[in-house]
Amino acid sequence: MENQNLNLLDRALGLDGPSEPWPLSGRVVLIEDCVETSGSFVLHQLVKRSLSPTSSNVIIFVAFANPFSHYDRILRKLGCNLVTQRDNKRFIFFDMLMLRCPDEGKSSEGGLVLLYEKILKTICGLPGDKKDYVTIMIDDISLVEVAANGGSDYVLDFLHYCHALTSEFDCSLITLNHEDIYSSMERPTLILQMEYLADILIKAEPLSTGLATDVHGQLTVLNKGTSHRLGRSGNKIHNFHYKVKENTVEYFYPGSRV
Amino acid sequence: MKAAQTPHKKEVPCVFGRPPQLPITKIIRLSAALLARHRRCSTPTAALSLPPRVCSLRPESLSCRLSTIYSWHFTGKTKLCSVDAAMATTKPRLSSFSRNLSAVSSSQTPGVKCGPNGTMFVSSGIADLDKILGGGFPLGSLVMVMEDAEAPHHMLLLRNFMSQGLVHGQPLLYASPSKDPRGFLGTLPSPASLKHDKSRDRESEQEKGLRIAWQYKKYMGENQPNFDSHRDNKQDYCNEFDLRKPLERHYFTRQRVNCVGIQDSKNLAALQEHCASFLAQHQRNDGSCALAGRIAIQSLCAPQCEHSNMDWEMLSFIKSLKGMVRSSNAVVVITFPPSLLSLSSTKRWQHMADTLLSVAAIPDEDKELAKLLSGYQDMVGLLNVHKVARLNTQVPFILEATTFSIKLQKRRFLVLECLNQAPVDGSSGSSYGTSGSCSGSSKAGTLDF
Repeated sequence: MENQNLNLLDRALGLDGPSEPWPLSGRVVLIEDCVETSGSFVLHQLVKRSLSPTSSNVIIFVAFANPFSHYDRILRKLGCNLVTQRDNKRFIFFDMLMLRCPDEGKSSEGGLVLLYEKILKTICGLPGDKKDYVTIMIDDISLVEVAANGGSDYVLDFLHYCHALTSEFDCSLITLNHEDIYSSMERPTLILQMEYLADILIKAEPLSTGLATDVHGQLTVLNKGTSHRLGRSGNKIHNFHYKVKENTVEYFYPGSRV
Repeated sequence: MKAAQTPHKKEVPCVFGRPPQLPITKIIRLSAALLARHRRCSTPTAALSLPPRVCSLRPESLSCRLSTIYSWHFTGKTKLCSVDAAMATTKPRLSSFSRNLSAVSSSQTPGVKCGPNGTMFVSSGIADLDKILGGGFPLGSLVMVMEDAEAPHHMLLLRNFMSQGLVHGQPLLYASPSKDPRGFLGTLPSPASLKHDKSRDRESEQEKGLRIAWQYKKYMGENQPNFDSHRDNKQDYCNEFDLRKPLERHYFTRQRVNCVGIQDSKNLAALQEHCASFLAQHQRNDGSCALAGRIAIQSLCAPQCEHSNMDWEMLSFIKSLKGMVRSSNAVVVITFPPSLLSLSSTKRWQHMADTLLSVAAIPDEDKELAKLLSGYQDMVGLLNVHKVARLNTQVPFILEATTFSIKLQKRRFLVLECLNQAPVDGSSGSSYGTSGSCSGSSKAGTLDF
């Protein structure tokens, strides 16, 4: 990790320390975004960092939003070949675009239960040394709700089960959700529970002055209980601006862009 | 300097020039010599391709020279074509100096243009909208248009979209909550007649101010939109639609257009099946540029439909439709009135869209707006671009302006224009507000420090 170019996001996530043990293992990361600013670039960045040659992570990518070709093309420009990683069994892709849980109320959870079992089976099926470094990524949770026909209770159950995996297997759970969907609801249970569960909260928002070509938006990273290096733990909030490009994403403090 | 080696009679004699070392007069003489050798060739064509920066001759004088040199060798006409036309008419690639490589894409399936990141575009039917969106609607994407309850401007977009597909022979699936969806086809506009096109072209070119005889601007700027340069071509990427002329009936044969009514069905299962079978015919296979398909769904959550209060059912339908269209060569356009959905549902729909547009009505006789915007009287409505499709890329598409005015030119042609602020009325003194002035004087125009 030391010889790579670390940006502000890496530092905010604690990825600037030693790469063994993986700083995000056993932690839950929630990425929030809105219609104006999409947060999927953070997900791509985390995929790239997890699949770096120095780490031995395995990613289980549960995709509800885009097919494999979309991520493959994007990550290729970022310098990561997903096809090779998939062949090396380091990137496992679950295409859930057409998942639709059956209508009847009782078995509405059926689809999600099966999905959880599939994830569990995959983790258990990994060779011993790789079992400790699993990252589960879900893109995105609002579509999981649609697949469950609005049964957000089932979605919460599914997330809690996945969260249990983080303590059982020390894997990390990274999810994406759109917080502007819930901002108008009276009791947005799902997003509140997810925010409570998350160890790291990354929020992508537009600038208050609107979108611009030089600054695409601002990222707020809330890192709860960092306990590395200096042995301290406590909440740390980072806020910086970003500009998304094809090959990279530039992060910079407000006003410091050259 | 290379010349074609003893070509056969039928072969086209080619001249390759390396202009920096070779003066133009020598090129002309050599080409004349070549043509003299092929007197018996029935259709001699010499294509001379010269990068403009080297050649300082004007095209008229060049063609003059060429014709005088070998006019007695053959009675065929000498025509000085631009590089694009020359490349399009002669089969073998003539010059390695051609820069306009985008001309090749027009020879593929008409109506489909290649875009960045492996995407392919189809036109929206409105040239201005294609330009704004960076090429058109990408195949495999979902376009959503948010309606305004006060004015049916979304129908303008929908009509042009459907007409464009039919003109290009692209199959269409149209779903609508009305009792007779097929009747809507009678209101589709027809492409404007060619005569009007040419006059408009000349007009707009003259309006551009400086008339430069040597059209070097055509060769510079590799990112120039391709569809502008082929006006004579019958299969334009984007046609100009005359809203007063209905589309000829032969365009909507049963094979090409399928109309589905969604008012009477209990749920969206039937529509989903129609879409699934339609999209199955347009499956994307790697490398092939098969015929593109278009799906237009009007007012998906209209209140007269039974499914309109089934929020999750509709979301599920859109999600599966999006999943299916991703792997096919089709574009889906869905219009819906957001005022009929809950705020949270509206946001979910917006997130599912790849391209998100909204139309808004302009109140008539609004004096405030008339003062603020120029050309207010001609405006029919406003179009807002909220999101532009980003397939296979993570870079957002930031537009300089997101709000455009919808105008009808000559009451026939749909154009989109940027909003321009009307000139501030000097007599009202609003530009020199009293609040900012140092001296506290309310006189406008004086330099007071």
